[in-house]
Amino acid sequence: MAVRREKDGAPGYALTTLESLIAWGRKYSLYPFTFATACCGIEVMGAFGTHYDMSRFGAEVVRFSPRQADVLLVAGTINYKMAPVLKRIYDQMLEPKWVISMGACASSGGFYNNYTVLQGIDKIVPVDVYIPGCPPNPEGIIDAVVQIQKIIETGAPRAAERWPIK
Amino acid sequence: MSIVLDRVRERFPADVVATHSDFGDDTALVLRERVVEILTFLRDDPELLFDFAMDLTGVDYLGEEPRFEVVYHLYSLEKKRRVRIKVRLHEDDPVIDTAVTVWPGIDWYEREAWDMYGIVFRGHPNLKRILMYEAFEGHPLRKDYPKAKRQPTIGPEE
Repeated sequence: MAVRREKDGAPGYALTTLESLIAWGRKYSLYPFTFATACCGIEVMGAFGTHYDMSRFGAEVVRFSPRQADVLLVAGTINYKMAPVLKRIYDQMLEPKWVISMGACASSGGFYNNYTVLQGIDKIVPVDVYIPGCPPNPEGIIDAVVQIQKIIETGAPRAAERWPIK
Repeated sequence: MSIVLDRVRERFPADVVATHSDFGDDTALVLRERVVEILTFLRDDPELLFDFAMDLTGVDYLGEEPRFEVVYHLYSLEKKRRVRIKVRLHEDDPVIDTAVTVWPGIDWYEREAWDMYGIVFRGHPNLKRILMYEAFEGHPLRKDYPKAKRQPTIGPEE
């Protein structure tokens, strides 16, 4: 996208493509859906609160309906009983959609290597960005949102487009 | 000795297998055939009045016989006393009468013991899994449940 402004105060002009204009709009209006099941959820609240202030990145409008959300933020342990619920929530979201897997539990099961915990949500939904940590701090969540913005800006393929992983 | 255990032994001399009060915790091992009667007596006896079933859990003593144990933790709000009632069950017949008729609140504890250990509570109004999903096979807290075993992930109506 190229923007030209005249020094003499005359109105400038911008050259762009429709795709990059849409991407620019999407990038700064990500509506997250927080699927918080454990202590990661507390860090999510911290990230959306005034101190870290996720609204600086245009992602502060938390939607509690998956039909209005763009980003699924899975924060916390997902057990086998919860897995169908997560899958359904993901399926209810409209395209295009992105998934952030936050923390060790959502990404790999964490230390819950047992009969009841799903060993990583990427077994059931495609994940775009993983955040390491147990729990990750709010900077990690902000970084994940910025990574999603980069995916949108560059037009890089979403995880859903290479799903399922063979 | 403790008042509670004395009362129970006096009333059910043939059904109380063993008792002890180690560290002040009154414990009685009883036979499963009359457990509901014993629990009802504990609840209704004017000197005991164990009106609060605090917990019920199962134990798997793999390698011992009888293998399973059901433990009731009772509390008397009136008398401020606690007692622990234990019942041993054989592996080939892990069945015990339900205590829902004595304390309705024990419903979910019995479902948990069924879910985790496969102990059947005869006469329970709704004995189905409470923690695991319905399609789960086996009882995961049994000591012979394979630690690394993973079951297929189920999706919504799939």
